[in-house]
This record gives sequence, C-alpha cells and structure tokens, in this order.
Amino acid sequence: MYSSILTASRRHHRHLIDVLQEIQSGEGYLSNEAMLEVAKCLGVSSATVWGVATFYNQFRFIPPARKPVRVCMGTACHLAGGQLVLEAMARELKIEVGGTSKDREVSLERVACIGCCALAPVVTIGGRTYPKMTPPGVEEVLVEVKIASGQDGAGNSSPA
Amino acid sequence: MTYGAIHRRSREKWEALYSSGIIHILVGTATCGRAAGSMPVLEAFRRQIDGLGDGVRVSEVGCIGLCSQEPLVIIVKPGDFSVCYHHVTPRIVPQLVEGYVRGNDPCLDLALGTVSGGGDEAAFIPELELFHHQSRVLLRNCGYNSPQDIDHYIAGGGYAGLAAALGMKPSRILNEIKRSGLRGRGGAGYPTAAKWADCLKAGGSVRYVICNADEGDPGAFMDRVLLESDPHAVIEGMIIAGYTVGAKQGYIYIREEYPLAIERINIALDQARGKGLLGRHVLDSGFSFTAKVVRGAGAFVSGEETAMIAAMEGRRSWPEHRPPYPAQAGLRGKPTLVNNVKTLAYVPIILQKGWRWFRSIGTKESPGTALFAMAGKLENAGLAEVPMGTSLRTLVYGIGGGVKQGGQFKAVQIGGPSGGCLPESLLDTPIDFDSLKEAGVIMGSGGVIVMDEDNCMVDTARFFVDFSRHESCGKCTFCRIGTFHMHSILDDITRGKGSIKALEALQGLAEDIRSGSLCGLGRASSNPVLTTLRYFREEYAAHVLEQRCPARVCKDLTGYYILPQKCQKGCDHCVLACPAEAIFSDEKGIKVVDQPKCTKCGSCELVCPAEYNAVIRLSPVSLIPADRYTRPDTKEP
Repeated sequence: MYSSILTASRRHHRHLIDVLQEIQSGEGYLSNEAMLEVAKCLGVSSATVWGVATFYNQFRFIPPARKPVRVCMGTACHLAGGQLVLEAMARELKIEVGGTSKDREVSLERVACIGCCALAPVVTIGGRTYPKMTPPGVEEVLVEVKIASGQDGAGNSSPA
Repeated sequence: MTYGAIHRRSREKWEALYSSGIIHILVGTATCGRAAGSMPVLEAFRRQIDGLGDGVRVSEVGCIGLCSQEPLVIIVKPGDFSVCYHHVTPRIVPQLVEGYVRGNDPCLDLALGTVSGGGDEAAFIPELELFHHQSRVLLRNCGYNSPQDIDHYIAGGGYAGLAAALGMKPSRILNEIKRSGLRGRGGAGYPTAAKWADCLKAGGSVRYVICNADEGDPGAFMDRVLLESDPHAVIEGMIIAGYTVGAKQGYIYIREEYPLAIERINIALDQARGKGLLGRHVLDSGFSFTAKVVRGAGAFVSGEETAMIAAMEGRRSWPEHRPPYPAQAGLRGKPTLVNNVKTLAYVPIILQKGWRWFRSIGTKESPGTALFAMAGKLENAGLAEVPMGTSLRTLVYGIGGGVKQGGQFKAVQIGGPSGGCLPESLLDTPIDFDSLKEAGVIMGSGGVIVMDEDNCMVDTARFFVDFSRHESCGKCTFCRIGTFHMHSILDDITRGKGSIKALEALQGLAEDIRSGSLCGLGRASSNPVLTTLRYFREEYAAHVLEQRCPARVCKDLTGYYILPQKCQKGCDHCVLACPAEAIFSDEKGIKVVDQPKCTKCGSCELVCPAEYNAVIRLSPVSLIPADRYTRPDTKEP
C-alpha cells in the first residue's frame, strides 16, 4: 500500500506532512490504516502521526462528502453576516457545522478565508463560489445544486 | 547563457507580440477573478475569437487589484486605447468582440477606464481617482504580465536585479539593502539587512532561504495576489537573498488553501530553471541555487518563523524560544533566512534601481510602499499599494471610496487577529511601522477592514479572539488558556451577561497575554481586545450596563420588530421567509414577530420589500412594545 508515496528516500520523520498530504489528495481523507502504515514506514510512533495530523486543519479523518458546502468565516464575511448564512445552511441541510450527511452527499464546514472578500459573504459548494449570500438565498442555491433542502436528517454524523 | 542574451530574446518575443498589430485580450484569472466568474468569460472570449486568426490573442493575467470590479478584462489594441472592462459576463463578450476587437467602438458604457499599456512600469488607469494615491512598486506587473510566461517578466527588465547582484560581492548587496532601509513586510518590520547579515555571519557551509507565503490572516490576500500575478519577482528576490547569505537551497512555504498560487509558482520555477536562472551555475556564474514549494497544511501559527520550520521538519507547528534565531540555527539546525513574500519581491527592484530610489518613496524610518488588502464596508474593495506615510484617511476615502452605501464610518481594523481597531479620530495616523504601533495596532500582514455603524466592536473583538483561540497551537499557557477566557468573557458580554468587574478582568488578562506569550501571535492576540477597550469603551458599557448593542448585531440583545404603521398586511413575504414560523398576523392582519420563537436569522428584514421597509432591529429588546412581543394566548379549538 502507498508504495509510490512511501518511497525509500522519504522514510524519515521530516517527510511526514507531505506524505500525509499525498495520501489525502489521493483518497480524500486519512484512514486509520493509512496512518498506521505511515508510522511503520517512517519509523515514528502512531501517536506522533496522529498528533501531527490532528494539529493541522487540512487533514480529515472521515471520507469527504460529494458536495462539500463551505461557508467562509473570514473577517469580511463575518461583518457582512456570514454567521447568519452558516446558521441558515445548517438549518436547511439539517447538518451540524462540521458534520456530513449519512449518505455522504453533503457536508457543512466553516472555513477561515477564501480570499475573495469583495464578494462577502461567500459560500462554496463543490468548487463553485456563490457570492453575496443571504439567509433567504441559501434555499435557492441548494435547489440550484440539487441538494435536497430539509432532507431527512436522522442519523447524520456529528462533527469530525 | 548570459543575462543579456536571455533578455534580448525575451524582448524580441515581447516586441513581436506587441508591435505586430496583434490585439490582446487580457482576462484576470487570479483566485478573486475566478470566484467572480472569470473562467466562463475566458472561455467565451476563446470561442468568440475562434476564426479571427493570429491577429487576436486571449491571455490569462493576474489581478490589478480592483476586486470589487471583477471579472476584469483589458483589451490592448495597438495604436489605439487599451480599455479595461469591469463586471464582464459571458453574455457581453460577443458585444465586446464585435465592438472593439473587430470594430472600433470601445463600448464605453461597459468600460471602467483606459489603460496606457501593457508591461510598462507606468501602466495604470489614469481615469480612476483611486490610482492617483497609489505608488505601484510590487503591483507594477500585476494584471498586465502573464504570470505563466517568464518572457513577459524578463522583457520588462525582470531578472536584471539578479544579474546585477551576481556581479556584486554579497557584502555590497547587503550594504545596498541596508541603505535602502527595507524592513520586513511580514508584520513586525525588522530591518531586512540585519536579518540577512545575521544569517551570513552564522557559521557552517549549509544555509537555507525560506519564503514565507503562509498568509493565514483572514481578510489578507496580498501575498496570494503577488504569487498568482507576478511570481517571478518573488523567485528573483529569493535567488538574490540566497546568493547574498550563501544559501544554495530555497523553499517557498505556501498554505495549501492557495492552490492557484502553488500552481503558478511551480510553473514559474520550471520556466526559471529552463532559462538557467535556477539550478547549477545561475546565469553562468559560480553560484548554484535550487528552489521548491512546500505546502503548508493549514495552521495560522505556521506563519511564525520557528513554527514554520517545525512544520517543514514534519512536526507540529510549534514556535520555539528565540534566540537562537532561525538566522543562526533554523531548518535542520542550519542558519535559515525567513522572509515574507513582499520583502523578497522588493529586493530585485531595489538592486535594479538603487537604494536611493527606494528611499525616495515612503518615510525616513519606513521607506518604500505598503501593500494592503482592503475589504469590509468599503465602496472599492481590493488591493492598494501606497507610499509609507500615507494617512489611513487617504486609504479609506481616497482609494477605498469611503463607506459603502453612504454608511457612517466607525472603525478601521488593521492587521487581522494580531492587529486592532482604530476610530475616526485616528484616521490621520500615517501608515508606517512605528506610528501604527504607537496607536496600538500593528502593520501586521496588511489586511484592512472598514466597519460601519452596523458592526459591533465587542462582536468584532470576540470574532478575532475566537480565531486566535482556535488557532492557538497550545504550547504556552498564556495563549492557550488566556484566549479561551478572553473569548468566554467577550461571549458573555455579547449575551448581556457581562459586568464591570468582568471588563476589568478582561483588560488585565489581555495585558498578561501580551506580556507572557511565547510567540508574536500569542502576544498580539490581545490587540483586538485592547484597542476596542481603549477606543470603543462606550460600546462595551452599553452592552454591560444597558443590555444594549448599539450596532444591533448581538442576537441576545436585539429583537426584530415589524412597524405596524409600515406593514402592508397582505404581502406575507416575511411570513413565508421565516424559517422558525415565528411571524403571525394580528387581528388587523398586521404582522408580528413572536419573540420567543424568533431565531434572529434576519430573513424577514431582508425580504421585506424596500417600499415598506417595515422590519427593524431594536436593542435593547425591552424597546419592543409588550403588546406586540408574543402571540396572545389563543384557544385552540
């Protein structure tokens, strides 16, 4: 497993982060098996791998949803009412912030700053940007991307 | 190959492109442009010019810094005006091609202004007042040069600074930088030459240069724009730094949230290698230098230099005690020079034009320009580069165009989570490292956010402290526990649960965090609190003593109220929009918000038609008349 990533020249602690980044970019997340394998190959404890991986915001430990909804919570978005948009998203999707729907169709995350502050508040869904969002606009956008608003939320996973 | 030969070839290619009557359509496709929809515009132009032959070319360029006008397109027409168009959509592309590419109608109704030309340093949009106050040094190529074509950069004099440097002794370069007075643009303003000299003095034969492109401050995006729009300026600066301090290896540490910047810097590195500007024997000299990109994994603290080095060594991004400074013992224990993107990007032009030129811009203690990302309640959000010493007022009103929609200015926030908020009375403060520090804020990363009367200062302080609390690496107690408690006190205040005693505790706590934290990020995390306490104390007092949020932002202190005299009984917009089913009709059909049920999402205020404008926010909540506070008990049948 991961032989193309865990090459002989990278079997050193200092390559831990780039190895984890490559595994995640291939699989979408870091599974326990992957992290154990990395620990073994790099000759560090599994606790070290877990400790480093959980320190950084980039790494995720459950498979990503097909349509990740990201609500920007940068300064400009916050001042323009980003929090209200985030709450509206959580309400319409019936997912907690940080959670993923049971069928892995959609997830809801808050992100620090996407860097298009002139368009605040901003939401991205699966790579597309939706500028100047409002709580009433949330429903419209979800219809557009065919995410069923108010789908049965029973059994949604809690934040990772 | 020598620099002269490389430059000649690029120049020839450039002149062939621009003097042979070819019409160039430049589409801004930096991240901000893409978010506003520039990629479909690019595609539309490509489709539309299909069949027009070699006489028309479409190129992707970076960002000229007018974020609020994106997507932006510049049509460069030889022998005629070059015109900049704003808010371009695929729908108006055929009109532009028909009008100005094929015909001679510049479609002025769609234009923002004229541009004097591409590639030249003097390129600017003279019609726009916001450019009058600017002095574009770092931004000189942004939005005109193709970031993916090294020949554009070289044709405009790029890499001449490197060629000059390689003919000089490191000590002379150091002297040049020292006399220029360049100070680090990462936030603290440490003299660049002193840092370089420390690294040069440190022993051993292996040294490293790191370009710090971990721009994690929410609301700051200058480094991203530079990397996406003019990556070679940064690379050239880094090679010169490497030559000066005796490093053979450079790293560009970019946060992974900037995929386009990573892509473009990698293309630029490849092209530099291809021209012999990187690798063995740079420009046929005895100096060899390699550079590569390291992707950050998303941690605000990684912007601190020792924490960045920890991340590059595969560890948690934890800062270390200094000294030893990285310049003495950094990456893998070797002397390491860590400089910000902007700092390195100044270096080539200083060597090209000389220290006197650089000194002629800005102030005595802070020479050069300052680059800001402006956002918030501003008419013109975007990038601005001004000479140091320009007043904040010029930045906000002259360039930013003042407060959006004629709102009332309340505060300007500088430096993100490490900076602070300044009131109207301090708008004449000159922008330089020392004046800003005196006012209690720092230059920081260069994010500038303007706030109006609808923004609550307590909520803003809470927002930044919440950010610092999340991003605290956890190594030192003051920052880890201190930011937690600052946040909980601020949170209580926004919920009307504060007290004067808690305010005093907050002040003391903030001061302790400032003096006790290990790294600069921890120390500066109290700046948003200290500056708002200092300049906006009356807002804190209103929350604590009157349960009132003057900006009507804090939810627990604010209620939505429908003015009976303005409500048009039958329209029902608010009823349909309310997700909590909290709006009902009274006996006359006038709408009432049921306060206990209301989640304060603001939907009713947004959907109430402008001609009625019946929904208002009231703070304190006790202002809402008792007879319209909640649904009267109705007997269910």
